Amino acid sequence: MEGDYKFRINNLNVFWGKAQALRSISIDIPANRILGIIGPSGSGKTVFLRSLNRMNDLVPEISVEGRILLDGEDIYHPDVDPVKLRKRVGMVFALPVPLPASIYDNIVFSPSLFRIRDRKKLNHLVETSLTSAFLWDEVKDRLKTSALRLSGGQQQRLCLARVLAMEPEVILLDEPCSGLDPISTAAIEDALGILKKNFTIILVTNNTKQAARVADNTAFFLMSEMIEYGATEQIFTMPRDKRTNDYVTGRFG
Amino acid sequence: MTVHPRYTQTIAIFVLTLLTVLTLAVLVFIIVFVFGKGLPYISYDFLFAKPEDMGRSGGIFPTLIGTVILPLFAIIIATPLGVGTAVYLTEYTRENRITRIIRFGADCLAGIPSIIFGLFGFIFFVTTLRMGWSIMSGSLTLVFMILPTIIRTSEEAIKAVPYSYREVSFSLGATLWQTVRKVVLPNALPGIVTGIMLSIGRSIGETAAVIFTAGSSLRMPHSIFDSIRTMSVHFYILAREGISNKNAYATAAVLIISILIINLISYWMMNMFIAKKTK
Repeated sequence: MEGDYKFRINNLNVFWGKAQALRSISIDIPANRILGIIGPSGSGKTVFLRSLNRMNDLVPEISVEGRILLDGEDIYHPDVDPVKLRKRVGMVFALPVPLPASIYDNIVFSPSLFRIRDRKKLNHLVETSLTSAFLWDEVKDRLKTSALRLSGGQQQRLCLARVLAMEPEVILLDEPCSGLDPISTAAIEDALGILKKNFTIILVTNNTKQAARVADNTAFFLMSEMIEYGATEQIFTMPRDKRTNDYVTGRFG
Repeated sequence: MTVHPRYTQTIAIFVLTLLTVLTLAVLVFIIVFVFGKGLPYISYDFLFAKPEDMGRSGGIFPTLIGTVILPLFAIIIATPLGVGTAVYLTEYTRENRITRIIRFGADCLAGIPSIIFGLFGFIFFVTTLRMGWSIMSGSLTLVFMILPTIIRTSEEAIKAVPYSYREVSFSLGATLWQTVRKVVLPNALPGIVTGIMLSIGRSIGETAAVIFTAGSSLRMPHSIFDSIRTMSVHFYILAREGISNKNAYATAAVLIISILIINLISYWMMNMFIAKKTK
């Protein structure tokens, strides 16, 4: 777990109204690795993820305390523009949400926000990002058709490709495979394995086995706290905490 | 007494069909009645000639122009105002006292009888601002009248755009304005267009507010400060003053046909728009 850290998080507390959604989380996230976050529903995984690209800002009831450094820079500093932050830290949601437009227009949504107009560059971006998301071969002949016509698994890979076209540094994935069949899930997992060369990936998952398969490091969240954090192998074979052990072996209530 | 579900089902189908047929019958009756009395008198000359003898003979061309131009100006002014207000209320503020007051105000405005708008327009635009009976006074009065409809229908259309679309847009690095422009408004467009169409229909049919503010001159207008007569007003005056019943019905028939055409066009536009998105 040595090397460069992309995120350094120190004593993060998140409140949702009066309830505490996260309790003093401190974690350093290495660059170009996949961090898997596991834990039961309601343990604070998603809130944690949304703190990293400040999507929590959109919910007025949520307040965030503590420090989150991205490449040494405090992302909650008043000078930081959340719009610019979100361009660096992309996100894939649990349910695939293609915008009601063509496949092509979905992919170029973000680049065109940043005034990239050059057709050649856009075409290139569409091809490379769809290829990286393992979707290019299936859709290359119908880029102008509506993204709503894709299957669920294809839609989720489209959402991944759409984030890749933004050229972020970090990719957050919030249970990206929760509604997908095993083959689509495998396609996304394969894509992530290759993408980690160029991106730092944080994968929240309800599927413990998925974390075991793809994550380099794994963190276990339970009831707003981070119980344990370590190399994936260690978490799954020699967990230090009994609760982690119970969860990964499926003995949890 | 209990009735077997099979019979209640049959009764329900019968009653509901009957109600639908009755509603349609009323509509068809009105149209057939007006068309029967008016269509025989419609000719090229009737549409495109100047009226003679206060409308007793001749055509209705100036009122045709008035019917197009008054609602057109009103829509051109009211659409940006109304849609802008709706965007402000839904996207740029949180629900609070002020937004509730604005919304309540819009709802009240929508329920005010049009003659009150006419009276207001007459006092404010025609006399206080010295615009006289004119296209300008008439259009501005119509703006006040249709604004609540446009605000409320646009608001509902904007609210119906799934929140997840906004989230995706923000997560892809869009600002609030980019999200409104590229995601919210395009997806709310069919609903917004519906509101605009309703407003066009309402302003074409409006008589009371228009007669007070745009006047009833039968001459061709030369500027927006000239008085004008719309088809609805023309129909009203012809019938009310007993000038010419046949021309009154002919005007009514033309009015109904134009509203049908507007509805067909908007229906067609909407289908095109939806088809384009799910192609």
